Amino acid sequence: MAQDDTNVIDQPEVMKPRMVTIEIAGKKAEVPEGITVIKAMWYAGMDVVRGVGCLGGFCGACATYYRTKDDPKVRTCLACQMAVQDGMSFTMMPPFPARKATYEIQKLQDPKQDLFNLYPEAPLCRNCNACTEACPQKIDVREGVWKAVFGDFKSVSEMFMDCVMCGMCAPVCIADIAPNLVALYVSRAQGAHFTDKPVGLDTRIKEIQDGQFDAEWNKILKMNEKELAEHCATVK
Amino acid sequence: MDIHALQQIVHKTRDARRKQTIPKFSPADRDQLIHKHHPDFRASAYRPIRFGPNEGDRTVVELATLLEGDSPIQSHDELTPHHTTDVLVIGGGGAGCAAALHAHGAGSNAILATKLRLGDSNSVMAQGGMQISVAPEDSPVTHFIDTLKGGHMENDHDLLKVMVEEGPAIAKWLIELGVLFDRQADGNLHVKKGGGSSKPRLLTCSDYTGLEIMRVLKDEVINQKIQLLEFAAAIELLSDGEGNCTGAIFKDLDNQRHIVVAAKSVILATGGIGRLHIQGFPTSNHYGATGDGLCLSYRMGAKLAHIDTFQYHPSGAVYPEQLIGALVTEGIRSEGGHLVNAKGERFVNELDTRDVVSSSIIRECEEGRGIRTMSGRVGVWLDTPLLDAEHGPGTVEKHFPAMVMQFDRFGINISKDPVLIYPTLHYQNGGVKIDTNSETNVKNLFVAGEASGGLHGRNRLMGNSLLDLMVFGKRSGLTAAGRTGSIKQGKLTLQHLDRFRAEAKKHGNASGVISPMILPAYTRKVG
Repeated sequence: MAQDDTNVIDQPEVMKPRMVTIEIAGKKAEVPEGITVIKAMWYAGMDVVRGVGCLGGFCGACATYYRTKDDPKVRTCLACQMAVQDGMSFTMMPPFPARKATYEIQKLQDPKQDLFNLYPEAPLCRNCNACTEACPQKIDVREGVWKAVFGDFKSVSEMFMDCVMCGMCAPVCIADIAPNLVALYVSRAQGAHFTDKPVGLDTRIKEIQDGQFDAEWNKILKMNEKELAEHCATVK
Repeated sequence: MDIHALQQIVHKTRDARRKQTIPKFSPADRDQLIHKHHPDFRASAYRPIRFGPNEGDRTVVELATLLEGDSPIQSHDELTPHHTTDVLVIGGGGAGCAAALHAHGAGSNAILATKLRLGDSNSVMAQGGMQISVAPEDSPVTHFIDTLKGGHMENDHDLLKVMVEEGPAIAKWLIELGVLFDRQADGNLHVKKGGGSSKPRLLTCSDYTGLEIMRVLKDEVINQKIQLLEFAAAIELLSDGEGNCTGAIFKDLDNQRHIVVAAKSVILATGGIGRLHIQGFPTSNHYGATGDGLCLSYRMGAKLAHIDTFQYHPSGAVYPEQLIGALVTEGIRSEGGHLVNAKGERFVNELDTRDVVSSSIIRECEEGRGIRTMSGRVGVWLDTPLLDAEHGPGTVEKHFPAMVMQFDRFGINISKDPVLIYPTLHYQNGGVKIDTNSETNVKNLFVAGEASGGLHGRNRLMGNSLLDLMVFGKRSGLTAAGRTGSIKQGKLTLQHLDRFRAEAKKHGNASGVISPMILPAYTRKVG
């Protein structure tokens, strides 16, 4: 059917893509401006296995360092969420061997004190703020580390809800803290030990165990197709 | 035209639209709409499968070709195991992690193998929430009824009853592991209303529900020291020659070597098919969503269910180019966001089921009331600023931080401007047929999560996937672990493959396609 031509969004970049020169791990490539960093790698003919995950900005697999033209500042991004521009130079972050403490979350006796046994480096933060600057999710990571050390687990769990565990805060830390792992421990401890137990949930579990819905189940599961359809139609 | 000029109609009509109520379609109108506009009913996209357990059944061409594809393994390949375990879990998303944790927790040795990293999955992207009937005015029975209606009454009743009844215990398990669900002031779980649901039932962790659950489950898998094989893609299953599954062969994607794993039970939790780009649709799925588990179990003789139906999520981004296919969470519509065509009109009850909403968006676009982009795409507006107007400034930013950040990276402020959306390939409604223990018709072969079929009927309800993963991940893990003591490790053979090849030959299969696909071919081959 005919479409009103006024309802078309201007996209000069689509009609005539401008080719730009970028550097991928030090190697020059010509790619269309504005495609994502990952797509630029595919466009340049590279097979990517490590470094691609959800392609939606959630999994943290595609942590990447980049620099824009003539700017000395090296920044971080998620490669699936960043558009390329002329003169950009980037390299994917290799897996970084940060130490993750292991623990039985349920068996922790004093989670706020246990933090210092599990991550003894956590209180050694030297306030350089490099972690915050490295975070592609714009989390105030340094503040989070301090709050963790001072036992404000609730704030940490809220601040780090955006954390995709890309781990870019770890390599830059001069005190060898892996802030994302510290925050993960703290958030889990907050959930498992310092959050109210939802009373209604226990009630519902008990209702199910006690067979409170059995009569209703029996009624429904005995219905023939037509009866069931009619019954469904009554539920709005 | 400039995008901001085109968006004006959404701003101008907002106040008038807020007073409107759009009734849901009658069952007859709904069927007619779906038959006319839903991609599941585009006959030309389908063909019958020529051989195997589902011979004669129709599915999309892309999937049929892979199901009939040949294995990369030769009959004489070496089958001496590199690893031996009780339970082999294939897949590192929600269902895989839940299966491995429960099998391990029940005292079995478990190996978790995944073709990317632990956790790289669709689960991690789930934004809308997880349906569990915890509210006093709700019940598992109501959850059952809602799901049945959403699935066009074709859901497997036994699977569905199990899922809704075990939901609350799953919520408790996750909370004990430290998952931070949103709460009410009184400490009870906060519930939101999802599309197609009669009661508020969605448990959420802002719009990071999947991410929060997966962060915790991944961490727990590592804490429990479950053996991991990462960057190991399953390329063939193993059988004992008597119809039982006994292990799998993997390709190590770092060095291309084969890894043979012997196991008493195998749990496939390999997820969906979005990256097959069925009918040319963009997808919201992760890089590895290539339907590998379907091909592997099909060659083994497992029967598939409902593989002719797929879910096209109503709101995939169409603009900017970088976000094409990316999901715009249904949560926006749950909180009252309108869908608006180029004339500034609403055209569907935004909280109808996903198949209905998608069909109506496709109808608007096919009938010339869409907004086009210069790359040849078309879509309708999702009025995101309406949420701030309705619930107060800052609502969008507070409730949808993930989405705000995603668009902000490309200079778009979704609390000020509406976003352009069109259905995106999101979910495989069907999959490998399972029983309530998550087992297939092949003994000791379990399938859990999106790769399985029957539970969701012909259309999955929002928020039911996260619960599906947890419930059937758990059941498969516990059932497999329960058998550990009573069965011996079976022989490792490729007899199922010989049988499959003989059948393929009989039907003249010379497509030359090797399956599973493992990863989509996005690398540009010509310079």
